[in-house]
Amino acid sequence: MANKFEEYLRPQFMPHIWCPGCGHGITLNALLRTIAKLELDKDKVCVVSGIGCASRAPGYLDFNTLHTTHGRAIPFATGIKLAKPELEVIVVTGDGDGAAIGGNHLIHAARRNIGLTVVMFNNSIYGMTSGQYSPMTPSGKSATTAPYGNIERDFDVCKLVQASGANYVARATVAQPRQLSTYIERAINTKGFAFVEAQGMCPTYYGRRNKLGGPVEMLDVLKKNTVTVQAAAKLSPEELKGKIITGELYQANDPEYCDLYDNLIKQAQEVAGK
Amino acid sequence: MSIRVAKTGNEAVAEAMRQMRPDVVAAYPITPQTEIVQIFSGFVADGLVDTEMVTVESEHSAMSATVGAAAAGARAMTATSANGLALMWEIVYIAASMRLPIVMPVVNRALSGPINIHCDHSDTMGARDSGWIQIFSENAQEAYDNTLQALRIAENPNVLLPAMVTMDGFIISHAMEVMEILEDEKVREWVGEYVPENPLLDVDNPVTIGPLDLYDWNMEHKRQQAEAMVQSKAVILKVAEDYAKLTGRRYGLFEEYMLEDAEVAVVVLGSTAGTAKVVVNELRKQGVKAGLLKLRVFRPFPAEEIAAALKHVKAIAVMDRSDSFNAISGPVFAEVRSAMYGVQSAPAIVDYIYGIGGRDVTPEHIRKVYDDLANIAARGKADRILTYLGVRE
Ligand SMILES: Cc1ncc(C[n+]2csc(CCOP(=O)(O)OP(=O)(O)O)c2C)c(N)n1
Ligand code: SF4
Repeated sequence: MANKFEEYLRPQFMPHIWCPGCGHGITLNALLRTIAKLELDKDKVCVVSGIGCASRAPGYLDFNTLHTTHGRAIPFATGIKLAKPELEVIVVTGDGDGAAIGGNHLIHAARRNIGLTVVMFNNSIYGMTSGQYSPMTPSGKSATTAPYGNIERDFDVCKLVQASGANYVARATVAQPRQLSTYIERAINTKGFAFVEAQGMCPTYYGRRNKLGGPVEMLDVLKKNTVTVQAAAKLSPEELKGKIITGELYQANDPEYCDLYDNLIKQAQEVAGK
Repeated sequence: MSIRVAKTGNEAVAEAMRQMRPDVVAAYPITPQTEIVQIFSGFVADGLVDTEMVTVESEHSAMSATVGAAAAGARAMTATSANGLALMWEIVYIAASMRLPIVMPVVNRALSGPINIHCDHSDTMGARDSGWIQIFSENAQEAYDNTLQALRIAENPNVLLPAMVTMDGFIISHAMEVMEILEDEKVREWVGEYVPENPLLDVDNPVTIGPLDLYDWNMEHKRQQAEAMVQSKAVILKVAEDYAKLTGRRYGLFEEYMLEDAEVAVVVLGSTAGTAKVVVNELRKQGVKAGLLKLRVFRPFPAEEIAAALKHVKAIAVMDRSDSFNAISGPVFAEVRSAMYGVQSAPAIVDYIYGIGGRDVTPEHIRKVYDDLANIAARGKADRILTYLGVRE
């Protein structure tokens, strides 16, 4: 499997831009591990990203890759999937990219239940533009645009995606890389829209600003704050305050958009007697 | 007495914004503009300015919120760069047609694609027909001064148009210079109290802003908008005069540098003017009659004034830091050459597209331009209109 990994990378574009200890590397590793395990044909994989530290990932990957504009990876990916439904289209997005500027597209891709896999590298902040708060910055935490703490409420993007109509929703943290890759695997195997929130970490901006220590300490914080969805069911809202709920949060088997589209074409052709 | 400080372009503009005390700032971060808003949000958080700061989810929302606030009667600002400006597009035009005097610093960055974060002028040049006043700055001092002046220009009742104040990304925005700023009270006086014309918040005089406007009146409204741009030229000069009284720093529609007796001249915008001045100084020492026209105001375009300032030279090179892909030239060239049309025995005029995507432009590059011009002047004609400077072909 180790060799496989190298095959998936574009070493000519290294060193990468990520800071030492950035959680994005762990999530990317989980994604590559999954693709290797599934033995996907490299030419049948298409990784699409927006803009941000997270969205730089496809630049280092030797699949079909498309680095788009901030917030718009999902619409680009939607076009790709509709044109070539046989491709495994994976969207790599940040919490700013996917939940702020591109939040609208997340809703509608999930609503259509189109067969994309979206992995949100959630580092709780806009990393690339140096640490402004994002919709996913926990309430009370500090950011360059919230020097006295973020007054906005916590936002559960998984609930949003579930409510919008996705077939698969899961969350893991970068402190549980194997679990993360299991969820990404199930997401890729899902027919219909699949979403994995990878709770990561940005030691450079989020960590420093919130005095969370270095990457190792931040991983510890993630571990400590994590509750499985099963355990969470038995806890009160007070006990769950500030906790990250991990696990497979939702699964369904609703019809996928490209299939519906193909069916429509078939029906129309039958009516037309073709 | 003004205060001498060392500031980057972004810091200087953030400082200007603090001193101008806008009622509302709505913004979204983008390199290289990010710092302006970040520093400004620090001022808000520390209570140094009582602006309502709205951290929206995209630039489309930033411009929308700014327009909403301005329509309500507030002094409203935002700032952006490149793709941020592109994403604002729809509302950029609306701000101008609603005649809202919004001031927006734009830190010039190459518009994608390919993705790039460094300076060129493709972002603001793309917005040249949006109905905004556009003022370019050579350095942090000018970015500060232009921001303060833009507010008075935009809010003038004969104008009522939004204004972009630009500075070159990284080259100005991130480089520190010694500059002068005004005392807070002086800026307070300078900007004065804003009395909006038809604010939505004046509930005793209800108005509708932005309604459907079809073939019955749309053309008249667009005609008024065009007229405001014509009128703005005089206002820009008057504001510059008042500003000179306040600061001793003089601005015009453009700056003429050793142009009076020049035989060859370069027309340039932004930070490259600084590099070009160094070259002009050197050439003058060698006895070459080199001059420079630094365009400050690109919208409204000072065509007659440029023609008058350049008519005596033998050869002109326009420096374009963006392409227009019209298969002829960059955008500044098109306007300058059109301005020169009709001038008796007009000088030869050529275009150089340079500095795309942050490609460095050195004094050697500019010296080459002046060398070419000397050649053209001697022969009385140019072999080609357009040269790409410093490109591998
Ligand atoms: C239209 C537009 N607006 C703003 C930006 C600037 N920008 C680049 S990345 C980014 C935020 C990235 O945050 P996130 O998606 O959370 O990714 P991270 O960098 O944290 O991995 C912003 C605001 C841009 N590139 N384009
Ligand atoms: S800024 Fe933060 S998110 Fe970006 S690479 Fe560095 S640690 Fe990672």
